[in-house]
Amino acid sequence: MPVSGNAPPPTVYDSGIRRIPFVFEFTELLRYRSLLWNLILRDLKVRYKRSFLGFLWAMVNPLLTMIVLILVFTNIFRFDVNNYPIHLLSGLLVWQLFSRGTASAIRSLLDNSYIYKQIYVPPGVFVAASIGSALINLVFALFPLLVLTLLTGVIPHWSWLFLPVPILLTAIFSLGFGLVISALAVFFADIQDIYEVGINAYFYMTPILYPVTILQEPLATLEGFNPMFQFIDIFRKPLIDGVLPPAGQFGVAALMALGMLLAGWYLFTRLSGQFAYRA
Amino acid sequence: MAIASEENLAVRLTGVSVRYWVPTEPVSTLKEHVIRRFQGRKLVYRELLALDKLDVELRHGESLGVIGRNGAGKSTLLKVIARVLQPTEGRVWIRGRIAPLINLGAGFHPELTGRENILLNGAILGFSQQEMERRMEGIVEFAELSAFIDAPLRTYSSGMVVRLGFAVASNVNPDILIIDEVLGVGDEAFQKKCHTRMEMFRRQGASILFVSHSMNKIRETCDRAVWIEDGRAAASGTPDEAIQAYLSHLSKVQAAPG
Repeated sequence: MPVSGNAPPPTVYDSGIRRIPFVFEFTELLRYRSLLWNLILRDLKVRYKRSFLGFLWAMVNPLLTMIVLILVFTNIFRFDVNNYPIHLLSGLLVWQLFSRGTASAIRSLLDNSYIYKQIYVPPGVFVAASIGSALINLVFALFPLLVLTLLTGVIPHWSWLFLPVPILLTAIFSLGFGLVISALAVFFADIQDIYEVGINAYFYMTPILYPVTILQEPLATLEGFNPMFQFIDIFRKPLIDGVLPPAGQFGVAALMALGMLLAGWYLFTRLSGQFAYRA
Repeated sequence: MAIASEENLAVRLTGVSVRYWVPTEPVSTLKEHVIRRFQGRKLVYRELLALDKLDVELRHGESLGVIGRNGAGKSTLLKVIARVLQPTEGRVWIRGRIAPLINLGAGFHPELTGRENILLNGAILGFSQQEMERRMEGIVEFAELSAFIDAPLRTYSSGMVVRLGFAVASNVNPDILIIDEVLGVGDEAFQKKCHTRMEMFRRQGASILFVSHSMNKIRETCDRAVWIEDGRAAASGTPDEAIQAYLSHLSKVQAAPG
């Protein structure tokens, strides 16, 4: 027998009420936070369940990748940079939150159209789940990174407590960017190709494999306007050098992340009424 | 915002139109759009009116049958009521929680277990984790899947998936149940169970919107019926009235030359 008596009171939906999509869709997203969490779990379960090591694989995998990268790159490149292995790994990890999160976000509205074409759900939930699952994967990978950092002789420092901040800023920025490209991907079939070329170029434009110090002017100055480099930089400073980033640099990075999110949310909520027609 | 007369209504559509804009040429890439912009050529869109100033009301505890030919706008109507499509014009007013049975098991994932799929499906319907945990036992029991509930869905037969889908949708106490030709699936015993469950819903005051090509089922199940033709309500009333109007129109169309 169905559970009765404790069902929530009936809600009224009236399309005649004028709503501001920017605000309304945000409250809808909060209402569907259980779905957000379930979609993240779905992604993680499907990815790791069938493998022998299960969720442990989420930590072992980045560890093995990191060791390979250290062996390869420290023998190819000889940059004059403090602790190049960790410099490289920390940059890659933060970058992967952005690249994997947005790569999954750009497909999210098309992949999940079979759901929102049959029943109403706020579509932003699929983009948020893409970034959320990339964020959780990064948290898993953080443990091997910290272990390797200790092994390279870095002494744990209070500044490590600041590390969640650049991670969150990267997630916020990725969410904003993911909202833009996922919405555009519904309308234009070639956004996916443009994205793949673009993200590759962006990777090499960002000082991840190389230190920013090898860049000449005006490139070095321009990196000050590169959001991903700013996030990576304020992640590396507390991790490797044991210092907090300057307040000004943190402020600029935070503005970039929030600005991207607001712009992305604005575009997304303006287009979301058409997704079910187009996807 | 409820007006007095809305008190015993579950759904009210007033003057609802849904317009699709179909491009006359297939242009789907950003590249082509940009090139066209430079060449000054405009894309021409053809208007497709799926619903045309439609008025429909569904009262509490009532079951309304929807009949009509393929492409007449039945599915669009269901999608507007399910809030999947926003109407181009008109007003949609809905009170209560909607569970669509348009495609049983929408949102099921083959790699997840039956139990995990129940939680995911419940979240899609807007329920919290705790609310679904409470309903879990009843759902598993109703679907008769106790032995398989922790196996991945890809190991289920299609009949088992349908059973699970119906069990979830009907155990979340929807105020409005949308059914699109799905009660023909499953074995006879399960079909009977579904009908019993629907009857129970109606006694509890739920409303049902039922789309079917089977006139018998409409007669059996529905209190009222509406015939949709070209996005308009061509006739509505008792199931017999609507069915008669529809069938006589069909025979006229088929008799007509060309």
